[in-house]
Amino acid sequence: MQSLDFLPLYDQGILVLAALVLFTSFALLGQTRMFGLITVFAWQGGLLAATTALVAYSTGQRHLYVSAALTLGLKALFIPWMLKRFVIRLGIRHEVEVLGRHALVLIAGAALVVFSYYVALPIVRLSTLVTRNAIAVSLAIVLLSMLLMITRRQALSQVVGFMAIENGLFFAAVVSTFGMPMVVELGIAFDVLVAAVLFGVFFFQLRDTIDSLDVDRLSRLTENVD
Amino acid sequence: MIGWLLALLQTLLFIASAPLLAGWIKRLKCGLENRAAPPVWQPYRDLARLFGKNVVVADTTSWLFRLAPYVIFGAAVLAASVVPLVATHLPTSAIADVIVLVAFFALARFFQALAALDAGTAFGGMGASREMTIASLAEPAMLLVVFTFAVTANTTNLSTAVDHTLGGGFVLRPSFIFIALALLMVAVAETGRIPVDNPATHLELTMIHEAMVLEYSGRHLALIEWANQTKLMIYGVLFVDLFIPWGIAYEISAANVAIGAAAVAAKLAFLGLVLAISETVMAKLRLFRVPGYLGFAFMLGFLGMLSHVILEVG
Repeated sequence: MQSLDFLPLYDQGILVLAALVLFTSFALLGQTRMFGLITVFAWQGGLLAATTALVAYSTGQRHLYVSAALTLGLKALFIPWMLKRFVIRLGIRHEVEVLGRHALVLIAGAALVVFSYYVALPIVRLSTLVTRNAIAVSLAIVLLSMLLMITRRQALSQVVGFMAIENGLFFAAVVSTFGMPMVVELGIAFDVLVAAVLFGVFFFQLRDTIDSLDVDRLSRLTENVD
Repeated sequence: MIGWLLALLQTLLFIASAPLLAGWIKRLKCGLENRAAPPVWQPYRDLARLFGKNVVVADTTSWLFRLAPYVIFGAAVLAASVVPLVATHLPTSAIADVIVLVAFFALARFFQALAALDAGTAFGGMGASREMTIASLAEPAMLLVVFTFAVTANTTNLSTAVDHTLGGGFVLRPSFIFIALALLMVAVAETGRIPVDNPATHLELTMIHEAMVLEYSGRHLALIEWANQTKLMIYGVLFVDLFIPWGIAYEISAANVAIGAAAVAAKLAFLGLVLAISETVMAKLRLFRVPGYLGFAFMLGFLGMLSHVILEVG
């Protein structure tokens, strides 16, 4: 049964944007360059803002416009800009991360999408919203971002993964309940902002201590004999 | 009876206009690269020249080498007869579907690779092995595109699929965005265009298609080249049929067929422009990066299938 054929064009647009957000999650998994990673992350933020704005327009939920504007400003413009500045100042602009078992990670990603589809199935049955099918997509974005954090060793890629998890949670809130209360949303937005600033401090500390951003080296015991 | 006659005419038109598409793309590319462009009918001249020349066959080759061009060209003609160009519901499109189309391509490729190995030269073997590597990676992606389309339209038959798209009106499907991209990537790989193979080079260590046809001359070479141009056009028309079929002749009448022909010509001209631009801005990939490229196409096809299941049904 083709339910998509009977939806208005705006709702079809929301689903298309949801699919594109899922695509950016896969693009994050496949991207090995720091600048490319941050650019894809910025695109994810931009698409997320567009989805939120379209949901706001299609359902008449005014407060979602504010969320969309916040998402666009913070996740598509400000945080990527700040991360890129970190990359330049840390001098890892041309660094390419070596990924072992690249194809395997992508296949694992596909498996995670199937898994989140099955997990979300009972929720989808209960919901009556037009965007209910995108709940599985939002769960998949969270899981894919976790996979990104697990498979990477660079601290900066892990931070991008962490931010992408937040993107997935925000997306889940938008498509399943048309957004959280304004106070909560504002709180989370500024939490993310503060986190981004703190991570910057953490990067420089990490580099000063172990002379690299490779977090695997943190688990090695060393003794400073001065 | 009239249906079969029309199907024959459509297939003839298909094959006859394939070199024109190749010439059009070449002209656009030359324009974009600031070179003096050959006229659009240059491929016809080349084919006529090759047909006029004698055939030189290496002593070491068997009958297979002489048979292969005819099989390759025959498979291309049969494949062209399956794809609706200006009108749907002709008898030829009723007897075969997209999976048969993929099989025709596989048949042609099999004979091409055998013939390349037959002469026993280093280039032939190298080209054949590369072609088979790429084909084995491109075919799953292609079939995934076909399957995703089939579960949406409930058919693998192209005429019925066109009906489904035309009958449903304009629907924005997330899965179609992904499989359209995947189909474009597979088409580029299968027809040997940049970034997978460069159709304009000879005697380089990177060539794939040209390495396989290096031993051919005269009318054999003309048939293979013509089959290759037809293959490019089949992929173009397949894309048009699946994703933008508006304008195709639904019921056979002179006016409808004329509109169908004009529509498909305009759409193919536009696709040619897209291909020419993408070939101009992209560089050829290293051979060992090609599996990554095709893996990405497969991933897109898979995402198309997933987004169909998750977002479009239920």
